[in-house]
Amino acid sequence: MAYSDKVLDHYENPRNVGTLDKNDPHVGTGMVGAPACGDVMKLQIKVNDSGIIEDAKFKTYGCGSAIASSSLVTEWLKGKTLDQAAEIKNSAIAEELALPPVKIHCSVLAEDAIKAAVADLKSKQPA
Amino acid sequence: MTVKTPIYLDYSATTPVDPRVAEKMIPYITEHFGNPASRSHPFGWTAEEAVEEARDEVAKLVNADPREIVWTSGATESNNLAIKGAANFYSGTKGKHIITVQTEHKAVIDAVRDLERQGFTATYLAPEPNGLIDLEKFKAAIQPDTVLASVMFVNNEIGVIQDITAIGNICRENNIIFHVDAAQATGKVEIDLEKLPVDLMSFCAHKTYGPKGIGALYVRRKPRIRIEAQMHGGGHERGMRSGTLATHQIVGMGEAFRLARLEMKAENLKVRRLRDRLLAGLEEIDEVYVNGDMDHRVPHNLNISFNFVEGESLIMAVKDIAVSSGSACTSASLEPSYVLRALGRSDELAHSSIRFSIGRFTTEEDIDYTIALMKSKIGKLRELSPLWEMHLDGIDLSKVEWAAH
Amino acid sequence: MSSQHAFFDNNSTTLLDARVLEAMLPYMQHQYGNATSRHLFGRAARQALDQAREQVADACGAHPSQVIFTASGTEANNFAIHGMASNNENAKQIAVSAIEHPAVTRPAFALRERGYRVAVIAADHFGQVDPLSLEVALEKPTSLVSVMLANNETGVIQDIEKLAEIAKSKSALFHTDAVQALGKTPLDFESLGVNAMTVSSHKINGPQGAGALILDKRVDIKPLLHGGGQEKGLRSGTENVAAIVGFGVACALIKQSLEARATITQQLRDALNVGLKDLGATIFGEKSVRLPNTSFFAFNEIEGETLVTALDRKGFAVASGSACSSDSSEPSHVLMAMGVSTDLARGAVRVSFGANNTQDELNRFLAALHSEVQRLRQLTAVAV
Repeated sequence: MAYSDKVLDHYENPRNVGTLDKNDPHVGTGMVGAPACGDVMKLQIKVNDSGIIEDAKFKTYGCGSAIASSSLVTEWLKGKTLDQAAEIKNSAIAEELALPPVKIHCSVLAEDAIKAAVADLKSKQPA
Repeated sequence: MTVKTPIYLDYSATTPVDPRVAEKMIPYITEHFGNPASRSHPFGWTAEEAVEEARDEVAKLVNADPREIVWTSGATESNNLAIKGAANFYSGTKGKHIITVQTEHKAVIDAVRDLERQGFTATYLAPEPNGLIDLEKFKAAIQPDTVLASVMFVNNEIGVIQDITAIGNICRENNIIFHVDAAQATGKVEIDLEKLPVDLMSFCAHKTYGPKGIGALYVRRKPRIRIEAQMHGGGHERGMRSGTLATHQIVGMGEAFRLARLEMKAENLKVRRLRDRLLAGLEEIDEVYVNGDMDHRVPHNLNISFNFVEGESLIMAVKDIAVSSGSACTSASLEPSYVLRALGRSDELAHSSIRFSIGRFTTEEDIDYTIALMKSKIGKLRELSPLWEMHLDGIDLSKVEWAAH
Repeated sequence: MSSQHAFFDNNSTTLLDARVLEAMLPYMQHQYGNATSRHLFGRAARQALDQAREQVADACGAHPSQVIFTASGTEANNFAIHGMASNNENAKQIAVSAIEHPAVTRPAFALRERGYRVAVIAADHFGQVDPLSLEVALEKPTSLVSVMLANNETGVIQDIEKLAEIAKSKSALFHTDAVQALGKTPLDFESLGVNAMTVSSHKINGPQGAGALILDKRVDIKPLLHGGGQEKGLRSGTENVAAIVGFGVACALIKQSLEARATITQQLRDALNVGLKDLGATIFGEKSVRLPNTSFFAFNEIEGETLVTALDRKGFAVASGSACSSDSSEPSHVLMAMGVSTDLARGAVRVSFGANNTQDELNRFLAALHSEVQRLRQLTAVAV
């Protein structure tokens, strides 16, 4: 399967690999996928007091496109508000990385990971 | 250390044509061209002589009579011809039940499935976790109307060797036609069809340093086994298989099998040494699992699962070595290997398996490079893997509830 | 065989073009990947197959996605007949012409065991398949009609467009065996109006071991070989990359040189026919539109086999019928279908030229033919 240069770049040099303290009230963690499906994505975001995402980290078990999708969104997330983050669509990820049709699900997974991380963070914040 | 990359460790998908084989083939596509069925002029005669010489060589490797060898376009066709040909011929007298194994090559499984659509019934035996068949379970699968059993000699993904003699004897006792797919066995294990209780056996050239597009089916003469032709036409191959024979490819298969006969013993020793070296190196990595029995196995194959790493990204990471995850024939799909699943491997381990297959032109440098590469890349991917992190944290992944997609 | 031996049996097989061989060699040596593998070796093989698919499609007037590679023309014919016959459960008849190659008739007749009826479409004295006979056959519900584009023995070209239209009007699928047509006469799958068409590599100076079925994708076809799912699941089995690459290049070459090949072979053939007439030969299908390279003829009271053997000793390879049936002493079924007398049919000899044959070879052949015919006539006269 031919990967796009952008996928290869993210795969070879993944951005923001790592782990944030999931117990930190400013950290939201999203874990989506399942090992049996061949993809597990863990995405973490950390917001500052004004609600801006100041850091994002990921770890992904999955194919090159899954790794690239999650690496890319960590770059996109920084500096965004939670509402802006929730607006990131899988189609934008797929387009940016030129994912072939059989890999679209990787971008869907990345979108789901963002939503899960945002939801986790919101659940931690006092209502 | 300098090695030429990518390093080819996918000999079970296909082998390079041995230069000695290519040399022998080329005159037959340039000077000695001719349709071997053209009896009226010497262009045809030279081709026919070469075809018969090659038939002798194929027969010799497996200790058969040349008259028992039918040319085909490859193992897929041999398997289809054997299974459909024998099942159709004998179904009227014996019945319509077929036994095969879940870990067979797709060409066998799909041929049996096609027969099921025509009113046959089939049992797909599950192998033991080591990939071998439990003979008692095989016996238990036999029905009064079992007409045919098909069991492969050497598995293409995990390299395990089935006990063909024992299974064949059971078939004999029960009057069942026995077909064996030996595409992965030639040149790797000794095959003596005078002794083996096998009725039909499939071969192909391109897994044994011969060209693609040519194979053969062994059809026993004593006792005589009959098959219904699946390809009709000029009546070539005594009516069992029609179609113009590709002389140069047949010549290539003959030469490849001749070389296999002469060099098998020495080559197996060399290959085993390299395989053991590879295994020793890879076992230094944590959480690796060998798939398939190590004792009943050809030395050419090492199939290993790297836990907590996903298969496709693993293949991407190791692009300096040409290997396959699962069988080459199914790697177009994203399904985990059905062979490993049949062994009871978890989907995760099935996904993260790599088949290293070693062959005639593999060197010690190739192996050492591969070990070093695997160590570094597995390390890198595990650094990226949330599953590895959880494992290190002592979390039992089987207890995690995944938000399945 | 001496290097002087002239090969006039190009409808049987052809000399591999040196340029084709050159293109194939890398795939017989260092480019050995399995096209299904995803690594570099496999991808290189896949790309080579893609290119060959385009070249074959181009030579056949088809789209690359319509090309399904097989191991031979025989396999493609079997695939078409067995695979398409069952497309219509309510039509348990298939119709084939009386002049088909055994690779079409035998699979057709094998279908009788599965409850099919085979209708044989008649040919006329000129070697033409009779449209009226097809219409009669189609009065019974028919799933598939198969008529070859150009006959391997007479070289007579059939009016496939017309026959296909008749079949279509009765909702029968249409297959044509174009193995002999490719490389000798322009071929356009789209305009023929057929659903499937067989072509083969080794008849066009390509290697043995590759053929193709050109298939209208709307047709529901059942695979002949089951397994790894190659060729979109329609033809399983590891692709014979070297042979397919060779087939592709051979197609590209005929695409460039079709007219030149036709001109060269037709000049030789027409000159041969003049010589044959002088010697009193009957030329079969002469009044019909024929392939430019083929002449099928007989001399009264000279056995075809005898003449072929005599010519072989003089250094000329010609055929007494199609190679596949030259084992049998039965007279040609094509000539029988044309209403030729058994005696004359037993004398049939086929000369089929290739673009690499020369006027010099022909001159020597005509001289040899002249003396052998005279000699054999004298022998026959003595025997009588």
